[in-house]
Amino acid sequence: MAIFDEELAHLKEKILKMGLLVEGSIRDSIKSLVERDGELAREVIMRDHQINALDVEIDEEGIRLIALRQPKASDLRFIVTALKITSDLERMGDLAEDICERAIELNEEPQLKPYIDIPRMAEIAQGMLVDVLDAFIKKDTTAAYDIIKRDDEVDGLTVQIFNELLFFMIQDPRTVSRAIKITYIAKYLERIADHATNIAEMVLYMIEGKIIRHMTREDIERLEGN
Amino acid sequence: MNSAFNPAYNPASGPAFKIEGLNAFYGPKQALKNVGIGIPQKSVTALIGPSGCGKSTFIRCLNRMNDLIPVFRLEGKILFDDTDIYSKEVDVIDIRRRIGMVFQKPNPFPKSIYENIAYGLRIQGINKRDVLDGTVEESLRKAALWDEVSDRLKEPALSLSGGQQQRLCIARAIAVEPEVMLFDEPCSALDPTATAKIEDLILELKKDYTVVIVTHNMQQAARVSTQTGFFLLGELIEFNGTDRIFTNPANKVTEEYITGRFG
Ligand SMILES: Nc1ncnc2c1ncn2[C@@H]1O[C@H](COP(=O)(O)OP(=O)(O)OP(=O)(O)O)[C@@H](O)[C@H]1O
Ligand SMILES: [Mg+2]
Repeated sequence: MAIFDEELAHLKEKILKMGLLVEGSIRDSIKSLVERDGELAREVIMRDHQINALDVEIDEEGIRLIALRQPKASDLRFIVTALKITSDLERMGDLAEDICERAIELNEEPQLKPYIDIPRMAEIAQGMLVDVLDAFIKKDTTAAYDIIKRDDEVDGLTVQIFNELLFFMIQDPRTVSRAIKITYIAKYLERIADHATNIAEMVLYMIEGKIIRHMTREDIERLEGN
Repeated sequence: MNSAFNPAYNPASGPAFKIEGLNAFYGPKQALKNVGIGIPQKSVTALIGPSGCGKSTFIRCLNRMNDLIPVFRLEGKILFDDTDIYSKEVDVIDIRRRIGMVFQKPNPFPKSIYENIAYGLRIQGINKRDVLDGTVEESLRKAALWDEVSDRLKEPALSLSGGQQQRLCIARAIAVEPEVMLFDEPCSALDPTATAKIEDLILELKKDYTVVIVTHNMQQAARVSTQTGFFLLGELIEFNGTDRIFTNPANKVTEEYITGRFG
């Protein structure tokens, strides 16, 4: 069974690698916005294919292991989690790409306002991703529950940014096009945090064998207390 | 709410067998240690565990097959249908009719295919030709063997292939209409097609029968059973829903065993 353990470790490494690539893309996408660096934005878009390739590789690897090894119990939960995590990571990569596209467009016009809340949101979302990868590797339930809670903070900031931009748009209709693009970016970041939350839920499934998706926050907290 | 017999697990149906404090010995050697379990009726229960852990000993206790071994001794209680099957009033022959068994190696009688099945009925005093014919056909159909042997019923059973012989033994066991079917590694000598047929049959049987199956094939246990018991060194380590055992067992040792990381 030592070979099987190696195969599982290999799969885990690939997920970590994919996660770090996605994290880099999110970081650079926000950097390209804040620093008005169109070159960097284009570079992020160019390298998304690496993330997609890993997504396919991990899927193939996981499916192969299911067919050949007929994994059970924690092995089975690990592989199923791996397959699900990659689709969340892949979507996060696409969202980073979307941020870059909006950044390129925004960089062609004068800056509407200094970006304050957007980088803050990005920092939380990125932190959630880094920590969820860590929780996945270390099988840390406490960290996973904590990530799910942080999603609220991101949702709060999204509303705040939206209200602020609404104010700009009402004041001066010439800002509408830019304000909408920034709203989009806030929405993309919110979605990124949602995907990190999905991954945290899958990590909890992997560790505890409990499916907590679609549960209310109260039910999750009750579970956490146990 | 858990059953008093399966404290960690709540089966869908009531117990056909209630087993309490079961100890089994071969001479000085203890093969089962304080096994307590309720085996749900009209349901398939799989027993798994490493070689020598007592699965066969346990399953043979259920229809008193161990009585045939001189050094064998048993303590504790096995209630079947609320009757202690080891009490003096119980007729062993009747118990073995009500609780049929199929072994790892097919063991047909050296007679014709037809006679292998008719034999059990004749013992019960059934001799009418049309009744015998009907039961032979029905049993062979249930065992998924009829199509292969319907034109050669008079031929010797030993001329059949191993897989066919095994299905014949199953047909022979179900012909006498038992309430329980015990299978001790019934597919270990069979090819995948014959195995699939027997698994289908087991799933079919559970509509009317209580089935207990010992198997070393985990996928088989996962496919056919509703609950699974894991034995180790004569002890029942975990008894739980099969889904639970194969996705998230409660006991760490069960996990090690089914993921192949044991020992
Ligand atoms: N007839 C017998 N006489 C003496 N000891 C026996 C006899 N049958 C079994 N045993 C012993 O009892 C223990 C349990 O054996 P049992 O056959 O029940 O194991 P098992 O789980 O069915 O193993 P396997 O998977 O190899 O069939 C073993 O240590 C075995 O050596
Ligand atoms: Mg055995």
